[in-house]
Amino acid sequence: MTCCMSAIGLAGAIRQRKIGVGEAVDAALRAADKVQKEHNSFLAVAHDSARKRAAEIQARIDAGEDISVLAGVPIGIKDNISTLGIETTCASKMLEGYIPVFNATAVERIEQAGMIVIGKLNMDEFAMGGSSETGAFGAVRNPWDISRVAGGSSGGSAASVAARAVTVTLGSDTGGSIRQPCSFCGVTGIKPTYGAVSRYGLVAYASSLDQIGPIGADIDDCAALLQIISGSDEMDGTCVINQPFVFEDSITERLEGVKIGLPRNYFEGGIDDDVKTAVLAAAKELECAGAVIEDFDMPLMDYAIHAYYIIACAEASSNLSRYDGLKYGRRSPSAGSLSEVYRLSRSEGFGLEVKRRIMLGSFVLSSGYYDSYYKKALQTRAIIKSSYDSLFGRFDMILSPVAPTAAYKIGENIGDPLKMYMGDIYTVSVNLAGLPAVSLPCGFSEDGLPVGFQLIGSAFSEARLFRVARVYQRRTAFHKKRPGGGAA
Amino acid sequence: MWETVIGLEVHTELSAKSKIFCGCDTSFGAKPNTQVCPVCAGMPGSLPKLNIAVVERAIRLGLALNCEIRRSCKFDRKNYFYPDLPKAYQISQLYSPICMGGYMEIGGKRIGIREIHMEEDAGKLIHDSGFTYMDFNRCGVPLLEIVSQPDFRGSDEVIAYLEALREMLLYLDVSDCKMQEGSLRADINLSVRPIGGDLGVRTEMKNLSSFRAIGRAIEHEAARQTKILESGGKVIQETRRWDDIKGESYSMRSKENAHDYRYFPEPDLLPLEIDEQWLARIRRGIPELAHQKRDRYARDFGLAVSAAAALTAHRNIADLFEDLTRESAQPLEVANLITGEIMRLMNRTNTLSEDLRIDAKKLATLISLVINAKISRNSYKQAVGEVFMRDTDPREYITKHGLMMISDDNAAAEAVNAVLAENPEAVKDYKCGKDKAFGFLMGQAMKKLGGAADPKTVGNMLREVLGDC
Repeated sequence: MTCCMSAIGLAGAIRQRKIGVGEAVDAALRAADKVQKEHNSFLAVAHDSARKRAAEIQARIDAGEDISVLAGVPIGIKDNISTLGIETTCASKMLEGYIPVFNATAVERIEQAGMIVIGKLNMDEFAMGGSSETGAFGAVRNPWDISRVAGGSSGGSAASVAARAVTVTLGSDTGGSIRQPCSFCGVTGIKPTYGAVSRYGLVAYASSLDQIGPIGADIDDCAALLQIISGSDEMDGTCVINQPFVFEDSITERLEGVKIGLPRNYFEGGIDDDVKTAVLAAAKELECAGAVIEDFDMPLMDYAIHAYYIIACAEASSNLSRYDGLKYGRRSPSAGSLSEVYRLSRSEGFGLEVKRRIMLGSFVLSSGYYDSYYKKALQTRAIIKSSYDSLFGRFDMILSPVAPTAAYKIGENIGDPLKMYMGDIYTVSVNLAGLPAVSLPCGFSEDGLPVGFQLIGSAFSEARLFRVARVYQRRTAFHKKRPGGGAA
Repeated sequence: MWETVIGLEVHTELSAKSKIFCGCDTSFGAKPNTQVCPVCAGMPGSLPKLNIAVVERAIRLGLALNCEIRRSCKFDRKNYFYPDLPKAYQISQLYSPICMGGYMEIGGKRIGIREIHMEEDAGKLIHDSGFTYMDFNRCGVPLLEIVSQPDFRGSDEVIAYLEALREMLLYLDVSDCKMQEGSLRADINLSVRPIGGDLGVRTEMKNLSSFRAIGRAIEHEAARQTKILESGGKVIQETRRWDDIKGESYSMRSKENAHDYRYFPEPDLLPLEIDEQWLARIRRGIPELAHQKRDRYARDFGLAVSAAAALTAHRNIADLFEDLTRESAQPLEVANLITGEIMRLMNRTNTLSEDLRIDAKKLATLISLVINAKISRNSYKQAVGEVFMRDTDPREYITKHGLMMISDDNAAAEAVNAVLAENPEAVKDYKCGKDKAFGFLMGQAMKKLGGAADPKTVGNMLREVLGDC
C-alpha cells in the first residue's frame, strides 16, 4: 500500500500509526532491490542502516515527538551526494569502495527531519551526461520502456520515483540533470536557485552550476522536501539563502495576474512534434487557469550550450583532479612510479565522457586559450544572466520544453557527444543564470513516453513557481500516470 | 661594471589559530594527520569557507605597507598534481590580490611592494625507508605572499628589508616569523645588467631557509650570472634550488618546462566585499610599529638610540619594556635591566626573543627594592636571575636568603664598634695613614652584618667612629 502514496501521505499515515516506519522502510527496501534488478536505478541499497534508523524514528514518533512533515519517509539519494558510512561512487570506478566519513548537509537535514536513506541512486559518471548511460555500472533503464534511457544525469533518482520504489529522491542539476530525467520518466523535480541548498557533500562536477534538488511524484512532495534541505550552511559560503524556504499551504485555483513568457524560438526546428504539442498544451492549460501567456524570442539561445560546456568542463577538470589514486578510490595496481599512479589510475578509473570533459576543460583553461574560450564563456554567461533579468521584468516566469525529445533508446546517441550536448539546449541557461526551475509531466509522446515542461523563475522565486505548478497539477493527471498503465 | 637587480617573494605563515578554509588547528609540531578534516584533506564534496581572521591580517599588513586594499576579495585556483596537495589545486589569488602597490622605507630607500596575496599551504611529504608518507596537517595553513618590486641592488638591502618586514609582521601579529618552522620563506628573483642598462634575464632561487642562506645565495647567484655574461654567455630563465650545505645552486626547471597552472577563479568562494567601515576598524587596530616605538623611547624616556633599538628589535621585548616601565615608573632602570641582565641571561640560555616569558610584576618588585636601597645591586642581579630561570617569587627569595639590607643604625654601630675592638692593629694602621686598613675594617664589619647592610651607611659610620678614636 505504501507504493501508491505520496511522501506527504505516507508521513501522515505513519503519524496516525496506520503504517509503521519499519513497514514503510521494508517495503521501500524490497522495491529498491526489485528496481535495482529491473532498471539498474540503485547502486547500493542500505538495508541494515535503514532498518536501524527506522526503529529509531518509530520510537521517537511513539514517544510523541513531532519530527517533521516527512518523518519516517524512505528516500533515495543520488550517488554523488556524500552519505556517511554508505559507499558513494558517483557511478565511477574511480570512487568504487569509497565510503565517506561525513554526510552532505542535505543528507544531514533529511536525517534530522526523520527521513530514512534507503540507498544510493545510479547516474551518469560524476553527473556528466544526459542519459545515465555513462556510469561505470551500467545504464539506468526507463521504467516506461526498459529499452530506453531514463535521462540524466539523475536517471536513477527519476526512474526510482517513476517506478514508485520510493516517493522522493535527491538529485543534482548542473545543466538539466534533475529536470531532463524527470521529463523522460514522467515525474516532478525542482532545480532550486543556486545558493538555496548547501552543496556541502555534493561531489563537485561544476561548482558554479551544481545544485541539489528534490524529485517526487508531484510538486507538493518536492516542495516539502525542498523546505527540509534548503537554508544557509556554515560549510558552504555560496549558499546565500538566509532562511530555509517556507511554502504556504493555501491553494489557489486560478492564476489571474500571472504573466508567463513562452520562448517562440524554443519551438522552431530541432524539437520533436509530440514534445512541442505537449508543452504548448501545458501553456494552454495555464492560460485556461487565468494566466497570461505571451510569446517572446529567447536571446542567445545558440550560445548557451557553448558557454555551458566550456565553464562546466573547465571547473570539472579542476574538481576531478583530486582523484589522483593516492588518497581514496582507485589506485592502479600496475602503477610503479608516482607519475604512473596518476596516469594509470586516472586512465583506468575514469570513463570516456569524463575524460572527454577533463580534456576539454584543461584545454580551455590552458595559457593561450583562456582568453579566447574560458573568458569569453564567462562574458556570455554574464550576458545570459542579464537578459534573464530583463525578461523577469516582463514575465513572472518562463515556460519552456525541458528537452527536445522524449526518452531515446539506450545506445542510440551515446556515440554522438555533440547530439547529446544539444539535448541540453533548454536547460543549461537556467544553470548559467543560477535560476530555479520546476520540471512537470505534461503529456506523452506517440510511443507512450512521458514528456515534461519547465517553469523558470527569477532567483529565489520558488514559492511562485510552486503555486503555478500546483494549479497545473490540480488541473491535470499526467503526474499520476505510472509505467505499466497504472495510476496512483 | 655590473649591477645586480633583485626582487623578492616572501611567504609568511599567518599566526591565525585556524586554517584559511576550515576550522582545523594550525599549531606546529602535532602528530601527522591529526589536524585535518574533510575540507583540508580535499575529500569529495567538501567546500572551502573563508576564515575572516586571515583576511584581516592580510589587510593589516597591507595598510602598514602603504598598499591599496582591493574592495572585493576573490580567489583563484592554481592547478597542479603533487602528493602534498590533496585537492590537486591550491587556492590562491592570481587575478586580484588583496593588496597592491605599497612600499617600505629602508635606510632612506623606498622598496616597492607590488602585491600581497593570500593562499593556502600544502602538506608535507615524509620519506622513510623507501616509502613516502603524506602529512596533511599543513594543508590549508594560511600564507601571505609579499611580492616586492625589483628594487634591491644587493644582499645588504635584501637583508635589511627582510629584517624590517619580519619586525613588522611580528608587531602586527600577522605572523610569528619562525623561520625554523617555515613561517617565513623567501624566493629570490635575480638578474644582472650593466649599470644603467636594460634588465637582464632573471632566475628564481628557491629553498632559502635563513637570512644567512639568502645573503649567500644572492652573492653566489650574482657572481654566477656575472661570470656567464662576462664570458659572452646568456643567462637562462629558470628556477634554481639553493643548497646551503654545499653553498651552491642547481637548476630545477627552465622556462620551457614551466608549469601551466591553468589558473581560474575559484567558484566555491564568493567574492568578499570589504567596506570602508571594516577597513577603518582594522586601521584603528594597527599597533605602534617598531620604528615609531624607537623614536618615542628616545624622545619620551631619554634612552640612547642603541638602547631604544635593542628594546624594539622584537615585539616581545618592547612589550616587556613597556609593561615594566608602567609598573615601576623607572624607564632608565628598566632599559638597563633588559639590555643588561635579561639579555645576558637570554644569551646564556639560548632563549629567543619570541620565547621570552618573564613576569613583569616580579621584576618590578625587584626594581623597586633596589631603587629604594632595600637590596644591594648584587642581590638584585641574583634575584633577577632566579625570576628568569625559575619564576621564583622575589620577596620570598630575598627573605629566605636574608638579602634585605639592614637599615637599623644600632646594629651597624654595634658591629662597627665590635670590629674596632677586635682589630686594634688595623685601627692603628689606619691612623698612621694606611688607607688599606679601612678596607679591611669595612670588610670585617660587613661580614659581621652578613652582607645585609648598605655599605654606604656602614662606611660612614666607620669613618665617624674612627675619627673619634
